[in-house]
Amino acid sequence: MVAFIIRRFIQSLFVMFVVALVSFAMFQFIGDPVNQMVGIETSLAERAALRERLGLNDPIVVQFWHFIVNAVSGDFGISYQHKRPVADMLLERLPATLELSAVSALFSLLVGIPMGVYTGLNRDGFLAKVFLTVSLIGISLPTFLIGILLIFLFSVTLANAPAISVFGLFAIDPSVLQLPSFGRGTVVDLGGWRTGLLTADGLKALIMPSITLGLFQLTLIMRLVRSEMLEVLRTDYIKFARARGLANRAINFGHALKNTLVPVITITGLQIGSIIAFAIITETVFQWPGMGQMFLQAVQNVDIPIMAAYLMLIAFFFVVINLIVDMLYYVVDPRLRVDTGKATGHG
Amino acid sequence: MAMANPLLQVRNLVVEFPTRRGTLTAVDDISFDIAEGEVLGVVGESGAGKSMTGAAVIGLLEPPGRIASGEVLLEGRRIDNLPYEKMRRIRGKEIGAIFQDPLTSLNPLYSIGRQLTETIMTHTDMTPTQARARAVELLAEVGIPAPERRVDQYPHQFSGGMRQRVVIALALCVNPRLIIADEPTTALDVSIQAQIIALLKRLCREHGTAVMLVTHDMGVIAETADRVAVMYAGRIAEIGPVREVIKNAKHPYTHGLMGSIPAIGHDADRLEQIPGSMPRLTDIPPGCAFNPRCLHAFDRCRRDRPELIAVDDGQVSCWLYDTAAGRTTAEAKAIVASRSGTAMERADG
Repeated sequence: MVAFIIRRFIQSLFVMFVVALVSFAMFQFIGDPVNQMVGIETSLAERAALRERLGLNDPIVVQFWHFIVNAVSGDFGISYQHKRPVADMLLERLPATLELSAVSALFSLLVGIPMGVYTGLNRDGFLAKVFLTVSLIGISLPTFLIGILLIFLFSVTLANAPAISVFGLFAIDPSVLQLPSFGRGTVVDLGGWRTGLLTADGLKALIMPSITLGLFQLTLIMRLVRSEMLEVLRTDYIKFARARGLANRAINFGHALKNTLVPVITITGLQIGSIIAFAIITETVFQWPGMGQMFLQAVQNVDIPIMAAYLMLIAFFFVVINLIVDMLYYVVDPRLRVDTGKATGHG
Repeated sequence: MAMANPLLQVRNLVVEFPTRRGTLTAVDDISFDIAEGEVLGVVGESGAGKSMTGAAVIGLLEPPGRIASGEVLLEGRRIDNLPYEKMRRIRGKEIGAIFQDPLTSLNPLYSIGRQLTETIMTHTDMTPTQARARAVELLAEVGIPAPERRVDQYPHQFSGGMRQRVVIALALCVNPRLIIADEPTTALDVSIQAQIIALLKRLCREHGTAVMLVTHDMGVIAETADRVAVMYAGRIAEIGPVREVIKNAKHPYTHGLMGSIPAIGHDADRLEQIPGSMPRLTDIPPGCAFNPRCLHAFDRCRRDRPELIAVDDGQVSCWLYDTAAGRTTAEAKAIVASRSGTAMERADG
C-alpha cells in the first residue's frame, strides 16, 4: 500500500511537471507579454528594461527553472492586466468555485445514486422509464442552455407571474420560488475563505448554478449505477444471498450497491475534476465570481500568468482527486489489498 | 413409492418461460418426494430442467420463469404460493442452497465471517458475538484449518475447494431441513470433488438434513444419493433407489445413459451412445419426449405421453411397462437391455 502510494505520488509529480511545461510554453508562444503590459507610448528603452526585469532575456531553460521554483513556492507571477499577484487572485476566487463544485458534486451523487439503484431494481417500472427518458435530456442538453432555461423559469417567469388563487380560498404567490440569477448572494468571511454556505441568501444563490453544473454528472452517475446494478444483480453471489434468505434491503444496498462502487468511484473522481474545470461555463452564465469566470476574462485579455496558474491548479486538482480515488479502491475492494495474503490451503 | 411423511412433496410441477415466440415449458408436470434425511439425486443432460426444478422448489426462478401449475409442499405446507417475504424466511432457514461455482457464490467485498454472521443473524436471535462464535464453529466443522484466523479473511484468500466448504457452511448455518445442491462439485478439480461430496454427505447425515443433489455426474450420484430421479426434456424418465437405477435401468434413456459411462476394468471397444440429442424446448415431440431417439419406440410412444408407472421399488415413465399391454416387467426389461429395436417396431416399419 505504502509502495503503491509512493509510486502514484511520483507519477503525479511527473504529470505536474508536464503540465508546468505546457503552461510555461504559453508564455513563449502566445504573443509578446511586454506588448500586453505596456501602452503604445512606451519607449523601446523602457520596453527593453521591462523585458530584462521580467527575466524574458534569460535562456528558456533558466526561465522554466524559475517558473517551476516560483510555482512550487506558490508564486505564479503578476497578472498583466490587474498588476496583482496571480496566486492571491486565484485564492480569492477559489472558495466560490470549490463551493459550487462541491455542492453540485454532492447533488449529483445524492440524487444520482438512489435514482440509479431505483432504476436498476425496477427495470420495467413506469417511474424508472421516466427517469431514464429525462436523463437523456440531461445528457444531451448543453450546460449553458440548462442554466439559461433555469434562469428564465425561476428568475424571470416566476418573478412576473401573477398570484395563483386556489379555489378562491387562498392565493399562492409564485415569486416565493424565485431564485437569484447571478452572483453568490451574501457571503461570510471565515479567515480568508469567503463562504456562501452560511447564509440563506448564499444557499439560495447556489441552487441553480449547482443544478446546472451537476445535472450532466447526475444523469451520468444514475446511468452508470443502473447498468452496474443490473450487472451485479445477475451475479451468483446475489443469487446465493437470496438463497440464504437475506432481506432485500441487505441484498440491494449491502451486497449489490457496494459491488457497483468501484466504477462509480472512478467516474465520480474524474467527474469532480471535470466539474471544477467546466465550472467556467456555469460561472459565466450565472455571473458566479469564481476562478472559471476569471479564467475566461484572462483569455480575452491574453493574461497569460492567470491562464498558466489556472491550468496548473486544475491539473493539481485532477492529480489529487485521482490519488484519492486510487486509495478509495483499497478501502472498497479487499482483493486489491494484496499484502493481506494470497489464497492458501489445499483443496 | 409412497413415503410415510415426506419432507418435501413436489406435485405436478410445471415451470414455464414466456418468450416472444411462445411459452417454453422447462419443467413439464413432474412429481417426486424427498423424505427426512434422504439424499435424492437429480440427473440429466443440461437443459433437462433439473436446475430449474431446484430453483422452483426454493422459489428463486429467474424471471420471466414461473411456476405455471402444481404444488410444492414442505412438511405438508404449501410453499410455492407464499408471498416473497414469507418465502424469504424459509430460504436459508428451512431450505438451504449450494450453487455450482464456489468462486462466484461469495461476495468478494465482504469477509467470510461477515457473510456467515449476517446469515445467522437473519434467521436467529443471536447477538453478533454469538453469531461470530457460531461462524468459527461452522468453519471448523466444514474442515477449514485455523478458523479463528480464516473467519476474517475474504473469499479471494481461499482456494476453490475451501470456498465451496465455506458455501456449505453458509447453507448449513442455521440447520435447514433440506439442501438444494445444484452441481456442487462441477466447477472443482476432480481430486477436490470427492472431498466436498464426502463432507456434504457426512454433515447431512450428522444433522439429518435431506439433500436434493442436482448433477450430471452419475459417479457423484452413485456415491451419495439414496434415490435418483433421471430427467429428460423437463420430465422425469425414471425415479428409484440409486442401485436399482444404475445397475438395472428400466427406462431406455437411463439405460443408454448408463451405457455411455466409461467403466475402469471393463473392456469395451467403444462406448455406447444414444443417437441424436435432447430436443430443444421449442420442439419436444408429441408422446414420449424420448421417442425419436429410442431404439424401442412404438406407435403409442409417438402418440401418448407416458405417466410414471410403479415398477419394482421405483417408477418409470415408459409404455413398455404398461401393464395393459400384457407384458411382464421382466419382458420389458429384456427389451430395454437388448440393443436392437422391439419386435413391434420392426412390425411397424
